[in-house]
Amino acid sequence: MSGLGNITKKEIRELLTPATFIPIIVVALIFATMGTSIQGLQEQSSEPPIIGIITEDNIGYGAMASTLLHKNAKSVFNSTSITDLHNGIEIVRQHEGVAVVIIPKNFTERIMQEQQGTIEVNWIMKGTGLMDSISSGALEVLLSYININLSKQLIEQNTTVNASFALSPTIRVETTSYKNRQFAGLSPNTIAGMLASQSMLIPLVMMMIIIMAGGIVITSMALEKENKTLETLLTLPVKRTSIVTGKIIAAAVIGLILAIIYMMGMQFYFKGFEVSGGVNLATYGLVLTTVDFLWIGISLFLALIAGLSLCMLLGTFAKNYKSAQTLTFPITMLALIPMFITMFADFDTLPLAVKVFTFAIPFSHPMMASRALLFDDYILVIGGIVYVGIFALITISIVVWVFKTDRLLTGTTKLKWIKRLKRQRF
Amino acid sequence: MAAVEVKKLVKKYGSMDAVKGISFSISEGEIFGLIGPNGAGKTTTLRVLATLLSINGGSVTILGYDLNKEASEIRKLISYLPEDAGAYKNLSGRAYLQFIANFFDRKDVFAMVQKGIEITDLGARIDDRVDTYSKGMMRRLLVGRALMTNPKLAILDEPTSGLDVINAQEIRKLVKSTAQSGTTVLLSSHNMLEVEYLCDRIALIAEGNIIETGKPKTLMEKYQARNIEEVFVRTVPK
Repeated sequence: MSGLGNITKKEIRELLTPATFIPIIVVALIFATMGTSIQGLQEQSSEPPIIGIITEDNIGYGAMASTLLHKNAKSVFNSTSITDLHNGIEIVRQHEGVAVVIIPKNFTERIMQEQQGTIEVNWIMKGTGLMDSISSGALEVLLSYININLSKQLIEQNTTVNASFALSPTIRVETTSYKNRQFAGLSPNTIAGMLASQSMLIPLVMMMIIIMAGGIVITSMALEKENKTLETLLTLPVKRTSIVTGKIIAAAVIGLILAIIYMMGMQFYFKGFEVSGGVNLATYGLVLTTVDFLWIGISLFLALIAGLSLCMLLGTFAKNYKSAQTLTFPITMLALIPMFITMFADFDTLPLAVKVFTFAIPFSHPMMASRALLFDDYILVIGGIVYVGIFALITISIVVWVFKTDRLLTGTTKLKWIKRLKRQRF
Repeated sequence: MAAVEVKKLVKKYGSMDAVKGISFSISEGEIFGLIGPNGAGKTTTLRVLATLLSINGGSVTILGYDLNKEASEIRKLISYLPEDAGAYKNLSGRAYLQFIANFFDRKDVFAMVQKGIEITDLGARIDDRVDTYSKGMMRRLLVGRALMTNPKLAILDEPTSGLDVINAQEIRKLVKSTAQSGTTVLLSSHNMLEVEYLCDRIALIAEGNIIETGKPKTLMEKYQARNIEEVFVRTVPK
């Protein structure tokens, strides 16, 4: 074999390890799942939206608009009186519909007078995630379609009509109801877009801190082993708990500093993408108070401690710097998954299995906290804090226990119960 | 009172018995050497006594404390130098000694660091980063670290491993003077001359068992050997 062939063969053999391939395979699977989900969402958006229709104006343009709605949407509630609105909203909500559309009494009359006919839309918002507002997007398209059809009709019937009115003969009056709150003048799309742009920072901060500080902890453990300093450290008069917490605190501080530097740059980047739409969420009561920020801070801090203790546990498996690099991958994934989930979907509207999975990941909680607090969902936030606190305590206890066993130095533990179990089985 | 009392010590790695019920005791101020071939169980024994490994059988008492129940008390009194130990590369020699001394009584820290610097004899290089040190300098730093804390028991695994003749001799002198000042020393070595020069008593260990224990001179007489190397060859199974 030539020198080149020999070297190439050796290099391929060294690089062909599970550690090289597993991360890539997992990333590929995640992208494939995301692609399938997006495809599913596209299909969902092409389906007729489920709505309720109240037609108070059943003549002329009103009848035309109502017919178009019936034809292109799936109507689960029909009425001719606005007094049925509350009942209609309940029925549409039960059918997981998106809105009750009202064609008011004076609709045709106003258009005849070259005044925009009002279409009242009472949106039922399911969740604050971008994916939750896809069905409402389909209704928005339908309402634009009605506008275009009326516009055509007007132009065909009357050539002297005012051009700007003819192009936009209808006007939408919107109210969105979500979690017992009414948001007049806002559609679910606008609310979801604004919340997404405003609450993107916390998931990103969380992800960056975890990835950076987590890497530091795992590498620190690996370097203790690689530099042969661990044995000395473990024979010094210092509690195992102090070693573990000392490493976690140091990594948390460094991780926070790195994340702050990173986020300073990111904030300028995000300013370019902010969706303000000229609407101030504070006027709708969607503003975080000082107490809310305190809850977010507690959630963030506990998630960081839980994450770092998890990294510490993984770090005990690291034999050297190279293996530490591989071990940071599961942590990166655990930080990325909730970031994507909370970015696109609302916890409340997730399927049960995904909900449990998301809740189980400690990093999800600070990511979900700001949105939950905006809508006074303290149960989710406090429940999350309690869970993450317990998670952190258990993980730290496990790490301290590992530090007290031979595992750290020899890779073996004296797990009598596992041995007993094995003996019973075989 | 014996500084170290080991009775029927058993240590297993999974199903492999690394140490098979050895017993020995070391008096206070004594230099005791564990010698044996590679894989005999020397390092395992030292790691057990240094509170790093748990035991599967028998009992170990160090300076009156039970290893199983009072490991944290033992750690205050011992110092362990592993065979292939290292130091934190980003620290200077002085900062490393300071870091270690900070784990002990606050009022002794300054004196400990000064003693450590004196033992290492690194001169101005003590303020250089550890990653610029040669192997000999690193070993001297680690010996300094191990002895500066005035331990009651110093456990030294191959203290002169990888050192040149001059450096090795200096470290041997250090170990000897440390013992003279009252510290009990337990060491392992492959160097029979070193063992003969340093140790008051030795234990020959092979395949996890202690084959012989005694003073070097007594063992040489018993086996009619000219030196410990010959005792070793005659007693240790091939």
